[in-house]
Amino acid sequence: MAVAFDEMSGLGDDLRPAYQELSRWLKETPPDALEYRRQEAELLFRRIGITFAVYGDAEAQERLIPFDVIPRIMSAMEWSLLEKGLKQRVLALNIFLKDIYHGRDILRANVIPEDLIFQNPVFRPEMNGQDVPHDVYVHIAGIDIIRTDPENFIVLEDNARTPSGVSYMLENREIMMRLFPDLFARHRVAPVERYPDELLAALRSVAPLSAAAEPTVALMTPGVYNSAYYEHSFLADKLGIELVEGRDLIVKNDEVFMRTTEGLKRVDVIYRRVDDDFLDPLTFRPDSALGVPGLMSAYAAGNITLANAVGTGISDDKAIYSYMPDIVKFYLSEEPILKNVQTWRCREPQDLAYVLDNLADLVVKEVHGSGGYGMLIGPAATKATIEAFRDKLKREPEGFIAQPTLALSTCPTCTEKGLAPRHVDLRPFVLTGSKHTTIVPGGLTRVALKEGSLVVNSSQGGGTKDTWILSE
Amino acid sequence: MLSRTAENLFWLARYVERAEYLARTIDATLRVTALPAAYVGKTNEWDSALLTAGVGASFYDQYDEANEQNVVEYLSFSPANPSSIRNCIEAARLNSRSVRTALTSEMWDTINSAWIELQAAWSKGTANREELAKFLRFVQETSLRFDGSAYRTMLRNDAYWFSRLGLHLERADNTARILDVKYHVLLPEEEHVGGPLDYYQWTSILRSVSALTAYHWVYRETLKPWLIADLLILNDTLPRSLASCYSNLVRNLDEIGVAYGRQGASQRHARGVRNRLEHSHMDDIFQHGVHEFIQEFIADNSRLGEIITKQYLI
Repeated sequence: MAVAFDEMSGLGDDLRPAYQELSRWLKETPPDALEYRRQEAELLFRRIGITFAVYGDAEAQERLIPFDVIPRIMSAMEWSLLEKGLKQRVLALNIFLKDIYHGRDILRANVIPEDLIFQNPVFRPEMNGQDVPHDVYVHIAGIDIIRTDPENFIVLEDNARTPSGVSYMLENREIMMRLFPDLFARHRVAPVERYPDELLAALRSVAPLSAAAEPTVALMTPGVYNSAYYEHSFLADKLGIELVEGRDLIVKNDEVFMRTTEGLKRVDVIYRRVDDDFLDPLTFRPDSALGVPGLMSAYAAGNITLANAVGTGISDDKAIYSYMPDIVKFYLSEEPILKNVQTWRCREPQDLAYVLDNLADLVVKEVHGSGGYGMLIGPAATKATIEAFRDKLKREPEGFIAQPTLALSTCPTCTEKGLAPRHVDLRPFVLTGSKHTTIVPGGLTRVALKEGSLVVNSSQGGGTKDTWILSE
Repeated sequence: MLSRTAENLFWLARYVERAEYLARTIDATLRVTALPAAYVGKTNEWDSALLTAGVGASFYDQYDEANEQNVVEYLSFSPANPSSIRNCIEAARLNSRSVRTALTSEMWDTINSAWIELQAAWSKGTANREELAKFLRFVQETSLRFDGSAYRTMLRNDAYWFSRLGLHLERADNTARILDVKYHVLLPEEEHVGGPLDYYQWTSILRSVSALTAYHWVYRETLKPWLIADLLILNDTLPRSLASCYSNLVRNLDEIGVAYGRQGASQRHARGVRNRLEHSHMDDIFQHGVHEFIQEFIADNSRLGEIITKQYLI
């Protein structure tokens, strides 16, 4: 593979302007001072208890996500382009969802094949014709961005269900400011700390009409054993709202209440970090112990707002993803600012043939997969793995898409052998309320810590970095 | 606040208090058993440690003999004992995780650090007495730190009051259990002056509720069994006495009642128990029967736990 674009040194040795101060600082700082602070950072993370659980790994029920102390930096100009692109993309996602569950103009115009919607397991017929407050479906979006050159931002995935990671964005910054005050003093880094306020404002702005003047917002978690539980409790705390589980809620006369020490209290908006399938055992999976019986009927009655809305999975489906540029053009009549990764849809015979012929060079993903599970990275896989995958692909081609193996940009990272480039991506968080869309400058930079690895997912050994957006 | 949050806070405080109490019990028992046989008598002190911990029956499902090694292991580290110190700390951590939003960072840090240390340093138990002593100190310090950080950092609202309810309810139960097991040593048999044997039994009781020094300050006398009973049952100034626990329970329940604008069964019940303690004299209790008195108290106390649960926690 060709040498990847490096966020600090570009394609060669030219130091990119945003990194000038950092580069100078790195030269002045002895390596053991860096190592010392790295250890200190790890200790802080462990004491604060910022952990995540890895499914199927009983040994390490709670693990730390490795944190790399070298920040990833972007100039104000780069950010403003990215921000514009993100707003455009999320606006299109929201209009698309409303259309899919109402008029379906986009299907009549033959932009997307019908069966891709109606035969999609994440399509929710329950949402047909149901209005949601202010037509907002995706209140919180986590759009995964990669770069392969200095000019373009490319979307790798749209996460429109229950994107996680924002607690790391906030905690990483706290810890960096504690450990590297001198480095901050030499930069003008845009703050991220107002995210919880923005989130709360967005959630309150979409309260149902029947809500009180001061709507009650709660965060719903599957519970302490969920991999993102730390984040749920962290956010509830920062927002100053109750962290509820299904068993804390009860539906009466199509209204949702939480059980408190003072009796039942009505809830108006639920920021839910529980998947659609588990929300309401009466509507979805009857075996769900995490849900609230009757929640969907309260939702249909318009007495509760769920954020994100039910049925948003259809917009972060990877097969739909391949149509995103068309979706943006269709609704907004604008050219998409953010690019898509070239994507072969295995459901189409021509594409499938190409994919089967080139498995060793491609990345193949499940259309409904996430977290880096169940994907094939051709160049890194053994022959046997590829052949096993080939069979899977032939059996159920509509379950997969394929993409070229991209040389994700790299960023200097602390490794056992000193500073070395490692591949990164970026997940900014886009908030949509009744009136406007906001993005806190920054996001979660994930880094593949293994040399040459392209997988940044924390469940697969990825780490995180603080992301700095410099002001003008 | 959410009922589940209140419940978690309540139990969190109970677990921490219980862990400390177990550590004190082991500590006190170690001291007594280290004395020459003539001072100890024929009772098996490890057996009575099990009884005061309320696990007398379940212990014998696992072990044949109540000796130092077995009992220390069972009370401190055994995963099979649901209220071993290890399990108390595990449960406290799990509860803390469930209610992190209701804890201050200092409280979380105390529990989380203790849990980390438990995993790191004590995963295999202790190898010798020196290590055991270190472990017991660690447990007591954890409890002190937790209690202190709750006291110093929590907002004075329902979260605080529910956590205090757990603490005092558990504490009352613990003190009552010691009295229940040891009451016979405290009976004033006709002008019994107390031989060396009794003397060490008495100090042991006082030590397990950290009241040995307090005794001397309060009574300025040599140890007398009825005064010990008076201290642990009726003396409101001793934090671990039943009377003190109940003043605190009543006070915290009243705070909740005022904040919520309504009183209920738990306020009434707690006040009833407190009034009985306030109007009792040691002479009457001895006449009535210490054992019966304590048994009644234990039942009343656990009844209060049930009422609080019904009124607020579910």
